[in-house]
Amino acid sequence: MKYTLAVLVENRPGVLTHISGLISRRAFNIESIAAGHSEEADTTRITIDVEVDGELELEQVVNQLSKLVDVIKIVNLTPVDHIERELAMIKVKASKVNRSDLVDIVEIFRAKIVDVNRETMVIELTGEETKIDALCEVLVDFGIIEIVRTGKIALSRGPLAAKEM
Amino acid sequence: MELQGAEALIKSLKNEGVEVVFGYPGGAVLTLYDALYKAQFPHVLTKHEQGAVHAADGYARATGKVGVCIATSGPGATNLITGIATAYMDSVPLVAITGQVGVCLIGKDSFQEADICGITTPISKHNYLVKKIEDLPRVIKEAFYIARTGRPGPVVIDIAKDVFAATLDYSYPDSVNLRGYRPTFGGDPASIDLVAEEIKKAQRPLLFVGGGVNISSMATDFRKLVKMTGMPVVSSLMGLGVIDGDAPEHLGMVGMHGTYSANMATVECDLLIGIGVRFDDRVTGSVEDFAPKAKIIHFDIDPAEINKNVRADLKVVGDLMWSLPLLFEKVANLGLDWSGHLEVWNRQLTAWKQEKPMTYQKRDGIIMPQEVIAKVSELAKDAIIVTDVGQHQMWAAQFYQFHGERTFLTSGGLGTMGYGLPAAIGAQVGLPRKPVIVFSGDGGIMMNCQEMATAADNGFPIKIIVMNNQVLGMVSQWQRLFYGERYSHTLIKGRTDFVKLAEAMGVTGMRVTNPEELEATLVAALETEGPVLVDIALPSDEDVLPMVPPGGCLDKMILGEC
Ligand SMILES: Cc1ncc(C[n+]2csc(CCOP(=O)(O)OP(=O)(O)O)c2C)c(N)n1
Repeated sequence: MKYTLAVLVENRPGVLTHISGLISRRAFNIESIAAGHSEEADTTRITIDVEVDGELELEQVVNQLSKLVDVIKIVNLTPVDHIERELAMIKVKASKVNRSDLVDIVEIFRAKIVDVNRETMVIELTGEETKIDALCEVLVDFGIIEIVRTGKIALSRGPLAAKEM
Repeated sequence: MELQGAEALIKSLKNEGVEVVFGYPGGAVLTLYDALYKAQFPHVLTKHEQGAVHAADGYARATGKVGVCIATSGPGATNLITGIATAYMDSVPLVAITGQVGVCLIGKDSFQEADICGITTPISKHNYLVKKIEDLPRVIKEAFYIARTGRPGPVVIDIAKDVFAATLDYSYPDSVNLRGYRPTFGGDPASIDLVAEEIKKAQRPLLFVGGGVNISSMATDFRKLVKMTGMPVVSSLMGLGVIDGDAPEHLGMVGMHGTYSANMATVECDLLIGIGVRFDDRVTGSVEDFAPKAKIIHFDIDPAEINKNVRADLKVVGDLMWSLPLLFEKVANLGLDWSGHLEVWNRQLTAWKQEKPMTYQKRDGIIMPQEVIAKVSELAKDAIIVTDVGQHQMWAAQFYQFHGERTFLTSGGLGTMGYGLPAAIGAQVGLPRKPVIVFSGDGGIMMNCQEMATAADNGFPIKIIVMNNQVLGMVSQWQRLFYGERYSHTLIKGRTDFVKLAEAMGVTGMRVTNPEELEATLVAALETEGPVLVDIALPSDEDVLPMVPPGGCLDKMILGEC
């Protein structure tokens, strides 16, 4: 089973070392991890997608992560109504011949073209992972040069912040 | 108050109540050592940084205070690693202070640079790299707080060289503000009501005591509970001493080298109450077959221990200082007639004890290792016993009658050979008036034998007993049992004369080969002032028994003659 965790950590040097060190030492199966600033200057928010056998194993992951001194709070967003997004940028071959096909695809996916030159274009897409996967699949035929993805971020719906949950 | 970083560090150590540090100087900590010199701060110079960290660990285990060690950057710091990992596995409160190269040299592969925070992240409770002098007092305050509270553990403070020389307007914080660190104390009292219910229902309850009770100094409360109820007790290696070795309720150590009765009781009990244990694989054997008939209750301060190895039916998360008194109260309220309640179970336990007591086969004209331990147990009842790792460690656990918490110091989790001698030095520093005896093997003693010189130079009167079987005994036992007697690199055939080695370093050396002289030699060693090493000739082919083959079920023991 896949679970999505919101992890609030101190915004201090060494924090990411501590987290990644723990994940590798305990051999946790992390599918994606994305870190960035939060609404508080001294707090970093990390979204972690973890693949575990069930609730018991999830409890282990949460308890072990909670033991890290830098980890302030962990919220399991999986059972909470929440929004998931990922951002991807895809550089794809775009010649005069197929450029308009690409524009059509971009429109269908509600993606954006953020760079164009004579040979390539860069497409930006925000959405759930599956949507990004789907776009990538379609673009394969055109020739993908490179892909960069942020990893999933997640936020609950409703008025509560993770720090209050 | 305007202070230099090094002075601020010493002042902070004093504020934390630190009485002594163990260490070894070098380039990155020169300024700190200069300040130690000026302040005349008590410092024990070991011969190797591994000696310093194990000594700090032994000091902490024996006294319950935080042990402190100091090393220079690079090789000095990496020499601490085994000791930090040892302390981490056994939840020992330790602060390791390492020098780091200057701030502008960090990351340049500078002379004697090593990323100590990177290296120690998976083997420490927490670590810090201090690059700014303003951070130093807060970091020290936090480090000591983290090391000693909750589930204790080692904390590393890596300090850039220039920080020691920089100055600041010093003030020491009164409290810490750590949003992500709120160690558990009290838990849910209702969980203990449920435990009392289970105890009432159980026909065959069993208390399983671990290192957590030693760490939290709750032996007295634990004993009260045992005394009131008469419930039988098995100990993990780290739990030894919590209950007297010869207490009628004590079945002995459980697990791979546990006693017959302790292992059988674990298999047959219908309620197993683990208190401050972590269900290590050396205890459980096959997890699926562990305590198969029992409901399992787990008391621990660390929520991450619950359900980590063994699935618990009930958990009581909290400090044992909170939960044990409450458990006593609620169990007392049950108002049970305990002797009637446990009569059938007790009869069974007594039968197992009598069927296969802890014994061994004597041999003519040869000193048996178990006999050595039993003799020392008789002669030095109130000693602090320290061991290395191997067969002698298991025999010490089986044949020494421990009395009291914090009297048995051994590397349980990591199983670190070379731990014993330096840890004994630390214990002796912490408890100068207590007899401290270390059992080591002829393999293990060589791993940190240089620390005999530390004992001699400082007049630490530790007694070192080398259980000399001419083999890396525990490994050769496995080769005998599971590897077709192919003794690959375990027959030492050593030419080292341990008596001369000891004498060369200033330690009194004695040797005994004849069983008739064993007692007299031990008495002489214990009565001799200053440090003594006794080299005892033992057979090479004795097995530690009973033995549950790794991954086996606890009732499938190799019993041999024992
Ligand atoms: C640092 C370290 N290296 C290797 C081992 C593996 N090991 C465990 S017991 C043992 C043999 C110890 O031999 P000795 O010190 O002579 O003690 P004995 O078992 O004979 O009592 C070895 C090599 C270890 N535990 N620690």
